[in-house]
Amino acid sequence: MTALAEAPAAQEASDGAVKTRKLVIVDYSGELEKTWATMILASTAGAMEMEVSVFVTFWGLQTFVKDRKRITGENWMQKMMSFMQRPGVSHRPLSKMNFMGMGPWMMFKLAKKYNVSKPKDLLEMAQALGVTFVPCQMTMDMFGLKREDLIDGMAEPAGAATALQLMTDADSTLFI
Amino acid sequence: MTDLDIKLKVDASGLSCPLPIVRTAQAMKTVSSGDLVEVIATDPGSVKDFEAWSKSTGNVLVEQDSNGGKFRFVLRRK
Repeated sequence: MTALAEAPAAQEASDGAVKTRKLVIVDYSGELEKTWATMILASTAGAMEMEVSVFVTFWGLQTFVKDRKRITGENWMQKMMSFMQRPGVSHRPLSKMNFMGMGPWMMFKLAKKYNVSKPKDLLEMAQALGVTFVPCQMTMDMFGLKREDLIDGMAEPAGAATALQLMTDADSTLFI
Repeated sequence: MTDLDIKLKVDASGLSCPLPIVRTAQAMKTVSSGDLVEVIATDPGSVKDFEAWSKSTGNVLVEQDSNGGKFRFVLRRK
């Protein structure tokens, strides 16, 4: 057994309080392995009591469409895009070895075998830990996505200026 | 083994990263400042992770030991 000395935390500010650090993740790619990375880091940062904002844009926004939604969009192009690439956190394609969905299927099998949480569960944990997910308004317009198409609990849609303001104010920013 | 007054036990055995940390953070919110929480994990990476987590959050890692692939952490809520 090791009794540990109660050394002051490294990030302790001069007034003795632990400084709240800010993390921004730009969730851009929407691919399964990258979505996994985003959700692991977001939930862990939430657990580490960081102030976490995830700016969700372009393909990343497809991850935040409700799982049960199949076709989204208002015109035929938007509808076709959603038809060709099923939206939702549980339907992300791999960037390599996707093999028409065989790759992700195997990944989920392996995750279950090794007790690794799925992106969907990690997303729910992150939300419960206070992580803010900000949808990109421009992406919503372009893909014809409405607020009700997206999962519950997301922040108000915003744009590039908000993203940049979050990033320059943060201690660390990741573009995934 | 010890005479610590453990308020809450978290069994994170079998769980992979980042679940031991996430579950602990959630459990920590249910106890009062100064209370002790004991965590059991089997993820070898959790040894480093709990050090990092306690440094980052200010919750104190009071005790840590391992026994046959089980890692035990005692944390005091700040």
